[in-house]
Order: sequence, then C-alpha cells, then structure tokens
Amino acid sequence: MSREQANTVPRSQLAKIILVPILMFGFGFALIPLYDVFCDITGQNGKTGRIEASAIDESGVDTSRTIEVRFLAQTNTGLPWSFEPVVKTMQVHPGQVYEAHYRVRSSSKDKTHGQAVPSVSPGLAAQHFNKTECFCFTRQELNAFETRDMPLRFIVGKDIAEEIKEITLSYTFFSLDQG
Amino acid sequence: MSTEITHGDVHEEHHDHGPDKGLMRWVTTTNHKDIGTLYLWLAFIMLLVGGAMAMVIRLELFQPGLQWVEPQFFNQMTTLHGLIMVFGAIMPAFVGLANWLVPIMIGAPDMALPRMNNWSFWILPFAFTMLASTLFMEGGGPAFGWTFYAPLSTTFAPDSTDFFIFAVHLMGISSVMGAINVIATILNMRAPGMTLMKMPLFVWTWLITAYLLIAVMPVLAGVVTMMLTDRHFGTSFFDAAGGGDPVLFQHVFWFFGHPEVYIMILPAFGIISAIVPTFARKPLFGYSSMVYASASIALLSFMVWAHHMYTVGMPVAGELYFMYATILISVPTGVKVFNWVATMWRGSMTFETPMLWALGFIIMFTIGGFSGLMLGVAPVDTQYHDTYFVVAHFHYVLVTGALFSIIAAFYYWVPKWTGHMYDERLGKIHFWWSTISVNLLFFPQHFVGLAGMPRRIPDYSLQFAEFNAISSIGGFAFGLAQVFFLYIVIKTIRGGVKATDKVWEGATGLEFEQLPSPPPYHSFTVAPQVK
Amino acid sequence: MTFDKLPGRWLASLSGLISVLVAFSAQAEYELNMTQGVTPISQEIYNLHMIVFWICVVIGIGVFGAMGWSILYHRKSKGAQAANFHESTTIEIVWTVVPLLILIAIAIPATATLLNLENTDNADIEIQVTGIQWKWKYTYLDEGVTFVSSLAQESRDVMNSDPTGHENYLLDVDKPIVLPINKKIRFLFNSDDVIHAWWVPELAVKQDALPGFINDSWAIIEEPGVYRGQCAELCGKDHGFMPIVVHAVGEDEYAQWIAEKKAEAAEVAAMAAQEFSMQDLIAQGETVYQANCAACHGPTGAGIPGAFPAMTGSAIVTGPIDAHIDIVLNGKAGTAMAAYKGQLSDVDLAAVITFERNSLGNSVGDLVQPSAIKNAR
Repeated sequence: MSREQANTVPRSQLAKIILVPILMFGFGFALIPLYDVFCDITGQNGKTGRIEASAIDESGVDTSRTIEVRFLAQTNTGLPWSFEPVVKTMQVHPGQVYEAHYRVRSSSKDKTHGQAVPSVSPGLAAQHFNKTECFCFTRQELNAFETRDMPLRFIVGKDIAEEIKEITLSYTFFSLDQG
Repeated sequence: MSTEITHGDVHEEHHDHGPDKGLMRWVTTTNHKDIGTLYLWLAFIMLLVGGAMAMVIRLELFQPGLQWVEPQFFNQMTTLHGLIMVFGAIMPAFVGLANWLVPIMIGAPDMALPRMNNWSFWILPFAFTMLASTLFMEGGGPAFGWTFYAPLSTTFAPDSTDFFIFAVHLMGISSVMGAINVIATILNMRAPGMTLMKMPLFVWTWLITAYLLIAVMPVLAGVVTMMLTDRHFGTSFFDAAGGGDPVLFQHVFWFFGHPEVYIMILPAFGIISAIVPTFARKPLFGYSSMVYASASIALLSFMVWAHHMYTVGMPVAGELYFMYATILISVPTGVKVFNWVATMWRGSMTFETPMLWALGFIIMFTIGGFSGLMLGVAPVDTQYHDTYFVVAHFHYVLVTGALFSIIAAFYYWVPKWTGHMYDERLGKIHFWWSTISVNLLFFPQHFVGLAGMPRRIPDYSLQFAEFNAISSIGGFAFGLAQVFFLYIVIKTIRGGVKATDKVWEGATGLEFEQLPSPPPYHSFTVAPQVK
Repeated sequence: MTFDKLPGRWLASLSGLISVLVAFSAQAEYELNMTQGVTPISQEIYNLHMIVFWICVVIGIGVFGAMGWSILYHRKSKGAQAANFHESTTIEIVWTVVPLLILIAIAIPATATLLNLENTDNADIEIQVTGIQWKWKYTYLDEGVTFVSSLAQESRDVMNSDPTGHENYLLDVDKPIVLPINKKIRFLFNSDDVIHAWWVPELAVKQDALPGFINDSWAIIEEPGVYRGQCAELCGKDHGFMPIVVHAVGEDEYAQWIAEKKAEAAEVAAMAAQEFSMQDLIAQGETVYQANCAACHGPTGAGIPGAFPAMTGSAIVTGPIDAHIDIVLNGKAGTAMAAYKGQLSDVDLAAVITFERNSLGNSVGDLVQPSAIKNAR
C-alpha cells in the first residue's frame, strides 16, 4: 500500500509555516522604524532631536556647567556649494537656547538644491541636543552665486550626562540635483 | 503500534516503480533521493567554481605586487567566492543531505511536499547562472564583498548589481521552500513511535535550521529589495542624503547574517553527532542537552548580530550588550564539543575515513570557536576587525567546520546511498591531504591578521609575504585535494566493494537498521517499527 | 595507512610546522602577534587579547588532551571495550557553569577597557579624518591645517613589477599626519563617499568613516615614532591602496610642523594669483593626474569601460571649460567622481584640467589659470 497520499500535511499547519517567511519579510521593513527608535534611545549615529520653541522652559539654566559645542561642515559630492560655520566653537550652558549660523555660497550659475544631514558626537549627547530651528529641517534652494547665512537655534538639555564636556555638531550637505 | 498508516483515500499506484530514464528523470523528479543527489552535485560543482575563484585570489596574493588580476577583478572574485560558497556550496549541500537523509531517518516514504521540492532545487541553477553571468557584463560583477555594504553596493555599484539582487531573491525563495519542506516532513511524516526526542540529532538540528531559514532568508530578501528600490525607485533606506542610514543596512544584513552562520553549522553538529557514536561504539553522550544546546544556539543567534559591527560607532551600551550575548554563545557550543569528547571517552574507537573527518571537524572547529570567542570581546575586536584574523576564523568554522562535516557525511552515508564502499585508502589520503593543506592555508592567516593585514586587499606590504606564500601553497594543495575527491566520488558511484545493509559495525538508526544498501527508489512505503 | 603510525605523522608534520615558524620568528622584525602599540589603550587591548588567548589555550589543552587520550587508549585495536554511559547530569551542569564563570572573568576587564576606549572627553587636539575613495583628508580643527594624504608614488611605480626591496611598500604616503606625543588626540571620522575605516594598529584606533555621520575615537601616543596603518573597510577598487602614516613627535617639533604647514598653505594660496604658461600647467598637471585621477580614468586616460569613463575624447573634457571645471571641483553625485575642491589647490586644479584638455589624446588648446579656479569655488 502506498503511504504517499496518506501523510498529507495539514493545511492549517502549512499555512502557518508559510506565514512565517511572509511575516519575516515584513519584519525586515519594520526594522527601519524600529531602528529609528533604537537610535533615539541610544544616540546611534548622533541623530539630533527637534522640539517646538514653545516647549522650551528656559527657567532653569544650569550656569554651573559649560559645554563646548564645535561646529563642522562638509559638502558631499556633486554640490557646487561652499559651506562653513560662521563661528567654529561656542561655549554653552545646559538649558539655554543659543543661535548659531552657517554660511553657504553657491558657485553655480544655476539654481541648486541641497539637504543638510546633522550628526552629533558623542552619540550619548545627541538625545539631549535639540533644535527649535534648523536649516536641516527642509531642503535648501540656492540661486546662482547666492550667499546665505542660515540660522540654527538649539538647546542642550539640562539632564545631559555630567561627563560630557564637548559636543561636536556636524552637517553634511548632500546634493538633491541628480546628474 | 500499527505497521501501516494508510488511512485517507489511497490510490493504488506506482509506489514500487523505478526512476524514469534519461534526462527528464532529473528534470521532473519528485523523489527525495533524486533531488538529494541533484542538490549534492550542484553543491559540488559550486564548490569547484567557488574554489577556482579562491585559487585566483591565492594566486594574486602569492607574492606582493599585482601580477595576475586587476584590483577591481580581485574584488569581484572575493565577492563571488563568498556568495557561491555560502549560498551555492554549503547550504545546498546541507539541503541535499536533508533530502537524502531526513525521510530515511524518520521512516518517511518521501518529503512532505515533493513537487515543491523539485521547484526549490531547479530554481538554483538559474540563480547561479545569473550570478556568474554578471562577471561578463560591462562594468563587471558585484565587487562589494559578500556582505555588500551600502553605499558601495547601492550608489557606487556596477549595473550588474540588479542581476545580483535578483539572484539573491531566487536563492532565498529556494531556501525558504526547502526549509518549509523539511519542517512539514519532520512534523508530519515520522513513523509511528518516532517521537521528537527519539529523532536522530541530524533531524533535530535540521528542524532548527529550517526554522532559522524561514525566519531570516526573508529578511535578506527584504534588504536586497530595499537596495533595489534605493537604486532605481528613489527611496533612501541606506542613503543619508534622503534621511536614510548606511549603518542601518549593516544592522538588517547581519540580522540575517548571523543566524545564517548557524544555518551553516547546526546541520554539521547533527552529522558529527551521528558519526562519533558509530565509531566509538557507544551511544551519544547527553542527547537531550545536545538538543537544548542546538536550540539555545539558534535563539541566541538572533540576538548577537551587531558583533560584526563593533567599529561602526555603536553606543557603548549597545556594544556591551552585544559583547555579553556573543561570548555567551560559547557556552552551548562548548557543551556540544564536551559531549562529543565524552562520547569518545571509554569507547571502542576505530578510525575509518568518516571518523577521521569528524575528528578533524571537532579539533579545527574548536580552534575556529576559540578565535570566535576572542573576536567576540568588543575592545579587542578593535584590532581584529576586518583583518585576516577574521578570515582565518570563519574559514576554520566554515571549511574545516561545515565543509569537513559535509565530506564526513558523504563518506559515512555514501555506502548506504550507492551500495558501494568507497576506497578506504583513497579516503584516508584525501583526509590527510586536505587536513595538512587546509591548515597550511588558514593557520598562517591568524598571524598576518594579528600583524595587521586587512582583509579584501589584492596586494600587501612586504612583511606579510612569507605567510601569504605559505597560505597560497596550502590553498593550491587543498584545491587539488577536492579535485581528487571528485575522482573518489565518481569511482564510488561506479562501483566498489558491496556495502552491507548496516554498513558500519556500530551504526544505528532506521536508515542502517531497516533499509538495504542501496535503499529502493521508494523506501519505507510501509512504515517501519521504531523501538 | 594504519592509524598506529599516525602519532608519528602528526609529530612529523607538527615539527615541520614548528621549524618553519621558528625560521620566520628568527627574522627579528617578523610579527606573529598583535602589536602592543604605543598608547595606554593599545596596551590594555593587548593584555586582554593575551588573557583570552591563554584561556583558550588552557581549555584547548583540556579538550584536545581528553580527546587525544581517548584516541590513544580507548581504541578497538587495543582491545578497548565500549562503556555504555551516555549522560550525567552533574558533569553536564559542571561544564555549563564553569565556562560561564570563565566568561564572566573575561567580561569584567573587557567592560572596563571598552568604557575607556569610548571615552573621548577632554581632548587636547581634535582632528577630523575624512575618507575619500582612495585617500585620507586630515583637518586640524584648531589650527585650520588641512591636507590630503595618499599612497606614495614610489609604491605606485613598483606595484605592477616587483616590489621586493621597497621598504614600506603600500605603507607609505605622500603627506604623513604629524601628531604630538603625550597629548589626548580626538579623531572625528566621516566620509565623502562610501564607508572606510581608519586603522593604525599601534594606536589601537579602528573606526568606520561613514558618509553623512561622524564617529570619534582617541589616542595618547606615548612614544615618538612612525606608525603605519591601512583602510580596514572594503571601499571599492583601491581599498588596499590608501595607507595611513602617523609621525609622533615632541611638542616643539609638532608646533614647528604646524607653522610650516601654515606657511606652505599661504604660499600655495599666493601662487594662485600668478599666471602660468601652458607648458608649466601641463607638466604639473601630469603629476597631479597620475596621483589623483589615474586610479579610475587610467594612466593614459582610457578609463575602465562600464565602470569609469575615459578621458580621451570625453564630451566633458573636450567640451566647454566651465562644465569641466565644475565636475572636477564638485564631483558628480552618486558616482565615484569625487569633489576635488577640498583636496587640491587652485594651482593643481588648473594644472590638471589643462593637462586633461591638452594631453591624454585630447588637444582642445585652451588652458585655465588658478585665478579662474579660485573664482569658481
């Protein structure tokens, strides 16, 4: 007698087994928002936070501490801009809002577009480094040979770890004009 | 206990006919033995193709200076060598072994889903033809390493990358279908009395491997899909310019990649756990702890992926966690090695070829395990990461580990499959030739790695010259040994001393105790008695 | 071949291997082990490496010893009868718990070293290191000194013949990075294109340089000397050809070097105001081209079909000069064509562009002066 037809796989079980890879394919994509959460919590890659100006409570500025913030600027390939901070370093107190500027100049005879990507080091400082206004929130459009000073308003949280005495804030401008 | 489980609507049909004749037998076959054979041949061909690429690599690295190939072609060789060995040689070889062995080990007539079995094999030749064809395309094949880190594999990759992506999709589909089949077979097709905790360890480790496969191969499919949309459809998963992150690629890749490492070693544990008791003439020590150790290795493998990424600038807390979890894996792995040694202890050992390969596996896999423990210690990995020390580590684990176990399995079961004994003298020559040359090949790589030679470089500074020359000589000798193996395989299939049904004096298990050598084309059409 | 002869074989091959190793270690400078390095962290890492190594050796002796004993004495040919035991809860618990304790013993010093390694606070000097396919750009953030460091020409010259006898082959650069000893130096890493990794073994610094994000690491160099390293993350065709050379010097010498670099930069800037002849520009341009462009576009301008475009007859090189200047200065997004405005001086850029237009099989006939480059930046 043949057993070939006898040991059939129950359909419900097969459906469950097939469901696993389908769900895991989705899980691969779900890792992306999960990763963002992970970055927020741990400060991976120094992704900075954004808060509304109204949400700032400047009553408790911690003047007993001074942290040095250093500004860095790079342009990535394909973007005919020069880009640099107006001041290179700044001494700040946790809990107070500061304003800094970056200067960008286009050397193109056409309109050009760029997107700035921020990164903070050390990573643990990133979650305490919040901006109320930043040129990196939106893409930037520069006319031919235009020079522009771009503002940045930021606050270093009061609950930043005691041992952090220096923060490096880096912006990289990427070209949005393909080809 | 019933000897027949023929309930349901039974058709009186071709259960005792032999195979079809000619080529179409292989194209249309749904027989687990045929498909197992196809997988094993594909794996062997891929081993030789990937091995030929390794020969190109070792030739270029034989002495300092660029003598043979351009750096870009060298990178294509390292990339395709890795991909072909992982997805073309090791994984299909294990699937082939599962096809041949799982049904005859659990007393099933065939795999549960035979038509899907045919499909999952026949996808592979197309996938690998497509992958290999990229070498002849303008701009060359993929040259970004088998780990294909973005953005080198997205923005900066050659046009042929799309074919690479599609090939990976096909391999993934094939693996997932194969794994579904293994799970369905083991869960439903066991002979009466074959409870889970009576299953041979090879079946157990394959069941766990199959679950790993269906869990992580889709993640790999996901990551290459993201690459594809990044390349052509304007998404920016891995591109910082659009709000993405190249490090994210590494996280998703290694979420697949680390379990993948265990996919390539768990079935090997099962093979060794079958061979050692046979030739020690003593039951396996700690069967149930072997099962639990395999399961805990599989679970831990999901939680340690970022130990491949200690230098990407992870937060300290993350590095600490991944370090602790990683070195924890050495506990269940150690249990396995201790159990094998305890199985040998006070046994009555003989040293036929399969046992030699199994002993070689235990020693050299353990050496690979030690370097693995060293690599797991995050601060020290600062010095090891991306050097030849890593290359030496994973080749000890995958060549003298996974590949040695596959060769051991061949010698152990080939008398059962073909009814012919292999040539014992040639088998032993093959073992000693391979073992000496493989150590000549990979052991010096520990030293050059520690002395500071990065991996994936086509040329190196002069202080690494001597060890690289030794390594290359070992490489050529090891490559030649596997051509010799091809001769042994063909010789064994064509004839040889008739094997007994039991094959080995100390053999146990349904395939040795209840089937003739070779087994009929359709075996266990009547369910066997399981004691 | 019988197994009885095997111990002899093992010994023979083992002694052969040992004699080979001894022969090599006899060459004084030959390295078999990790460097102890010249920083506090590199020493800590080396110690940790040796601790874990010796733990592995001891476990290895135990495991392989027991195995060897069984192989020698529990063999059928010696009349060994198989016992029948196949489990022992006690012993299984022992060999689960003991390794666990050993691991804890490893994890404690490892944690301390890792925390130390990641503490980049209170640095005296900060240096930004940018990975570019296939060279490194260094910026001394406080001093404003910036330069690009790439593989020394000598290595390039002998690469395709025989490098034997060329000391520091592939480990030498045109412009080394100079650092003072006994100062805490913080390195900030980023990349212009793909992922690179900056690694100097003696400094025990290996950190990925990522496009768009910054990473950091630190070192206090305790001994003056020359320390060499390489890129440690596959970054494309010439990944193997972007070495790192660090000169660690005393504080005075460092200050002097910084002053020289600043003077040099001023001189280069001043030169940009001068006018150059076509011949001078082409001669200078050839050197610049071979060092910066030839890796992709080929020494003769032929490129690599399908991967890197040819210079000879290129529409950009033989077309309007503004577009040519633009692509050299700013690069091309999404390709390996880097932006050279941050890497080369006005004079070098003018020279290389003039060279490309009037050599490599092209003869456009026009030239560009450094002043034009300055305006186009």
